[in-house]
Amino acid sequence: MSKSVISPRITATPAAREAITRLRAARGGPVMFVQSGGCCAGSTPMCFPEGEFIVGDVDVLLGDIDGSPFYIDKRLDEAWHQDVFLLDVAEGPPEDFSLAAGDDLHFVTLSPGCATPGS
Amino acid sequence: MKYVPPGQPGSIVSVKPRYENFIGGKWLAPTHGKYRVNVTPATAGPITEVAESSPEDVELALDAAHAAKDAWGETTATERAAVLNAIADVIEKNAEMLAVAESWENGKPVRETLNADIPLVVDHFRYFASAARAEQGSSTEIDKDTVAYHFREPLGVVGQIIPFNFPLLMAAWKLAPALAAGNCVVLKPASPTPWSILKLMEVVEDVVPPGVINVITGPGAEIGKALATNTRIAKIAFTGETVTGRLIMQYAAQNLIPSTTELGGKSPNIFFADVMDHDDDFLDKAIEGLVLYAFNKGEVCTAPSRALIHEDIYDEFMARCLVRIAAIKQGDPLDTETMMGPQVSKQQIDKIASYVDIGKAEGAEVLIGGHRATMEGEFATGYFYEPTVLKGDNKMRVFQEEIFGPVLAVTTFKDDDEALEIANDTLYGLGAGVWTRDGNRAYKMGRKIKAGRVWTNCYHAYPAGAAFGGYKISGVGRENHAMMLDHYSQTKNLLVSYSTKPLGFF
Repeated sequence: MSKSVISPRITATPAAREAITRLRAARGGPVMFVQSGGCCAGSTPMCFPEGEFIVGDVDVLLGDIDGSPFYIDKRLDEAWHQDVFLLDVAEGPPEDFSLAAGDDLHFVTLSPGCATPGS
Repeated sequence: MKYVPPGQPGSIVSVKPRYENFIGGKWLAPTHGKYRVNVTPATAGPITEVAESSPEDVELALDAAHAAKDAWGETTATERAAVLNAIADVIEKNAEMLAVAESWENGKPVRETLNADIPLVVDHFRYFASAARAEQGSSTEIDKDTVAYHFREPLGVVGQIIPFNFPLLMAAWKLAPALAAGNCVVLKPASPTPWSILKLMEVVEDVVPPGVINVITGPGAEIGKALATNTRIAKIAFTGETVTGRLIMQYAAQNLIPSTTELGGKSPNIFFADVMDHDDDFLDKAIEGLVLYAFNKGEVCTAPSRALIHEDIYDEFMARCLVRIAAIKQGDPLDTETMMGPQVSKQQIDKIASYVDIGKAEGAEVLIGGHRATMEGEFATGYFYEPTVLKGDNKMRVFQEEIFGPVLAVTTFKDDDEALEIANDTLYGLGAGVWTRDGNRAYKMGRKIKAGRVWTNCYHAYPAGAAFGGYKISGVGRENHAMMLDHYSQTKNLLVSYSTKPLGFF
């Protein structure tokens, strides 16, 4: 895994930063993000207590948001060829094993410059 | 005809105000007494409330499963097959009710649940009833006095986590082989679609011994994790996205237990020039084969979401497909005339809209659709998206990532080599389609495409008896076939000496 990130490729909206702050306070510890792919809730970032998901050589560290690291599988990263990811929150509970971004909220990743979900 | 929505006067589906967990053959309130509103995506209105369970409830379900496992594991194949057949019979008797319940909760049109989902559920249990009866151990004569006997033994208690896109069929795919092999199950439905499985439990509760099937509803981060990490399960099975798939395998590794995963795809559907050699039934079938991307509103792991069309026929073939796509009738999922219902949730429709924007920003051309569908009356608040086709090239993100909606990415190829190159230029390898009148070409392409299932001159058929599962990052394991009994059992070898002579070593 890439430990050093010269130019962070992840940024976050104020709503996402607030959600992370709330989560850290509520859980008493940091969280981590891993971008997903595949079926059902694929394409959404999964949020876990930090260290829950074991990252490996196949994962790329895109940067961190206020101390919460954000990873993506490098094969997915190559297929998506997206320079910068924007972390945001959206309505609705999370799916699969991801932590919620708040009451009835889940995290999403957007392409900066692209329209936001729901538009 | 239009079915009356569940819970309304005159509906064939009764709805209780709230549903508890199904544990040990009983309905048990969640330990913390929390419930969550379950909505229909057709209107975004509530259907009922379901248990918002906690890890304590997972333990209760595991207690019940462990209490049942010895007796169930020691039943004869005859007895287990009888239970599976009884499950099939009682589901068949309640097929229409279950079809309406599942349609209303998931949004899939009732013509699909009536004609595909529920009949396949019934057949799946019957298939595994037969497979259990036909199972054989083996014996090997090691030498004239030594025999190795091989017996299939159940794993014990298994955990299963299923997706929202085929709530009842995915339950059947996972439950039937596990039960047939003699295991007890703790099953967690997907968060958007727990209720139709609880209706299924109401239907089967009198024919399944208590504790053999246990269903708990709630958030994946809480109870999914509590189940998958639990040292009291002997196997975990999961269908969903790749990151949770890896987490499932990580937890299985930590507990040293097996796992099976099905993690999605981006399936190519390849149309060779000869499909247009004649204007006949076969061409009509091929056109329908392309439009099948809209089946179950595209919420299928094997959705034929990349169409690869030979450049010589592209214009005429696509024109005919677009006419068929434009004729797709969207609306009330409980209307038997409806061909496409709403997406399962707000999260899903937002994601689909976001992907279409990404496609447009990358230069893909919108051939049809591209917006949320405007609906009238009570369905105005539902999660409807227009059937959409984007033309572009395979390097675009909309060709590479699973959108899980009614969005087809279409491109052209010039020869067989290029078709194969594009088809295999994906991280995934779950399904594929090949359409040609040339049997030799179909065979060669089918063998060279890196996918677990290659539909040849058909698509979206899911008969029991045809193995289903992924190549590449689409998961590990196979479902829908007797070989699944291997995934749910372990081999006991008795190595027996019939010689009375000592070895002579000591």
